Amino acid sequence: MSVQAPAPPVEPVHESPSHHEPQTSGFFHFLRTYVFSVDHKMIGRQYLFTGLAMALVGGLLAYIIRHQLAYPGQAVLGHHPISADNYNAMITMHGTIMVFWVAMPILIGAFGNFLIPLMIGADDMAFPRLNMLSYWTFFLSTVVLVASFFVPGGAAASGWTAYPSLSVNGIPANQLGQALWVLAVALEFASMLIGGINYLTTPLNMRVAGMSLFRMPIFVWMQMAATLIFMLSVGPLIGGAVLLLFDVLFQTGVYLPDKGGDPLLWQHLFWFFGHPEVYVIFLPAIGIVGEIIPVFARKPLFGYKPIVYSTIVAGFLSFLVWAHHQFISGLDPRLAMPFSITTILISVPFAIVLFSMIATFWRGSIEFTTAMLFAIGMIAEFLVGGTTGIINGSAAADIYVHDTYYIVGHFHYTLFPAVFYGTFAGLYYWWPKMFGRRLDERLGKIHFWGTTLFFNMTFIPMLLMGIGGHQRRIFDPRVFTYTAPMHNLHLIATFGLYGLLLYQLPFVIAFVKGLVGKRTAERNPWNAATLEWHAPSPPGHGNFDQEFEVHRGPYEYSHPGSEKDFLPQWLPTTN
Amino acid sequence: MFRWLPENISTFGHDIDGIMYLIYYVVGVWFLLAEGILIYFALRYRRRAGVAAAYAPAKTLRPMLWVLIPASLVLMCDLAIDAKGSPAWEKIKRDIPAHDCLVRVEARQFAWNFRHAGPDGVLDTADDVVTSGQLHVPVNKVVKFELVSKDVIHSFWAPNLRLKQDVVPGRAITGWFEPTRTGTFGIGCAELCGTGHGVMGATLIVQSQSDFDNWLKK
Repeated sequence: MSVQAPAPPVEPVHESPSHHEPQTSGFFHFLRTYVFSVDHKMIGRQYLFTGLAMALVGGLLAYIIRHQLAYPGQAVLGHHPISADNYNAMITMHGTIMVFWVAMPILIGAFGNFLIPLMIGADDMAFPRLNMLSYWTFFLSTVVLVASFFVPGGAAASGWTAYPSLSVNGIPANQLGQALWVLAVALEFASMLIGGINYLTTPLNMRVAGMSLFRMPIFVWMQMAATLIFMLSVGPLIGGAVLLLFDVLFQTGVYLPDKGGDPLLWQHLFWFFGHPEVYVIFLPAIGIVGEIIPVFARKPLFGYKPIVYSTIVAGFLSFLVWAHHQFISGLDPRLAMPFSITTILISVPFAIVLFSMIATFWRGSIEFTTAMLFAIGMIAEFLVGGTTGIINGSAAADIYVHDTYYIVGHFHYTLFPAVFYGTFAGLYYWWPKMFGRRLDERLGKIHFWGTTLFFNMTFIPMLLMGIGGHQRRIFDPRVFTYTAPMHNLHLIATFGLYGLLLYQLPFVIAFVKGLVGKRTAERNPWNAATLEWHAPSPPGHGNFDQEFEVHRGPYEYSHPGSEKDFLPQWLPTTN
Repeated sequence: MFRWLPENISTFGHDIDGIMYLIYYVVGVWFLLAEGILIYFALRYRRRAGVAAAYAPAKTLRPMLWVLIPASLVLMCDLAIDAKGSPAWEKIKRDIPAHDCLVRVEARQFAWNFRHAGPDGVLDTADDVVTSGQLHVPVNKVVKFELVSKDVIHSFWAPNLRLKQDVVPGRAITGWFEPTRTGTFGIGCAELCGTGHGVMGATLIVQSQSDFDNWLKK
């Protein structure tokens, strides 16, 4: 890589072969740099902004849902009260958006794209044009999904799980919204598959000299594992989704008993993907946390190789547990115990990963930056999610908690820490590298404590409601004799959500501040050892401005043989 | 947390509650330990001037034992939990005992209809009693039910019986329960079934044998 003269607006120091623009200014240059870019960093930012915008939509839906539950029948945001149909569409789209249009694009599309080439010393992804295609396919999927809110009959209202027969012909006039939902999800899957090609091939083929596989940061391993799990599990669902679309549009009856079909077939196809999918979301998040803890504890990651091996085992096991979502679905009861056993066994590799992360704190020298707070918070909250999952995984206990608010509490205690604490930890940490500025640490601390207090206030009541027998997806809790007395819990949860949404404002302010003004961040403000901190902040096109090799693993902090506090991967060994 | 659990009036409900309590206590210990150690480490090892961090990557087996031994204990707790859960599942979902009373539960958008086999004990005969929204059963007797759906997937949910079973169109799913006290209890639908999912309630009325017999004859 040779050093060239800088030119506005970023420093192009390496001409990637796909970049052949004749002019350096004007409308087309703007388009090539900021819109139709093949640069992994720009694509990562595009995923980030789209994902965060969709998080606002998902959050707004959460607000409306919780408002209705606390104050049933009352007008929301100055509009008329929402109907039962609207309510079902909102819970459907809230879940769909959060999983596919927030978690995936941010944790994988944004962080994966931005960081993988930098962390392995590459100048871009292996297939930059495929990368661009992946984002624009994703963008198209977003347009299709948002459009579904505005078609006659409204957005899909059969749950993010879209079980037939309800999703096929169980809601009058909802067919168009449901069809668009299927199309949007299919396009999102296509975009993640296309992007996934890069997440696997780039670390395997483009590591800089000296970077063996076990010198890669744990984040890269986690992204690769997540990508592999996604690719292997999504195929059956894409097939199943096409069949669902045929049922909705052409009444083919694949899932309709009247026509010789079976509703349970969809459930298997959905959950065979749906369960591994939650690990696809979790692994990048724990990868982010695994990068942050060593830096702010000044200690190597404890048990790096066992974490890698445990992740592979967990990834494999994740394909064997799906029917724990179907214990009482009408599935042959003989299958319940095998799936209970596989489900509970998955806690072992994850225990190894989580205990190793916790052990990394032992005898550290811990600095509570906002990134570190969110990293600790992610583990602390995820422990609630993981432990509450044990009841669900035991078939007999699941008879009681299935489809109650206990499940809702459980999955929010796993997904929210992974998606939001993981994202915030990553943003506060990597913002200097992404945008050349720091996110305001004081606003960050307010953001962290407010989020933590109000997140727990929102979801602890749901665990209690579930134990009380409150079933899910009910738009007026006053209706049932056993749910009506739990109204106070609904009030607390709603109040908690209001607080949670309000305390995202410090982040919004920090976010905007972090995008304007002079770029003052240093190259390595956190004194971290991984390769992305060897590039400028932000890196130019081609990433690195000097030649280098890797000389050691990614977490050489407080090495006893060295006077230096840390030994970065790129620093040559002396003598 | 379990003070929210509604009263159990079902024989097998005790088994389910037992498993939930077992899991709660076992998992509770692990949760408190893990959280406690995490927060203790975070506070105890805050950055102090002049105190360097240790270099402990755990690249050999000995330090890894601090993680592997607890993980093995987790595995043993896991297997114990499943060992306790398996007989309960068998009892509830697989071994349907000889029944004293038979009812067909028909779920549809958006109501529960119950066809109680009359004194002849056979469904679909002239002496059946059909109700909408009210399930009558005798106390301390085994009730066998058959679940059918007229349209989409519903789920028969009676919290006080600790009983839940999805109702799938195209199938007749059987199950059983034995109520242990008389009274009136709630029934809901526990699978999103459309616009009226949130109003699809019913009442479980457990009566003494004589009251039930009188009601059935009417």
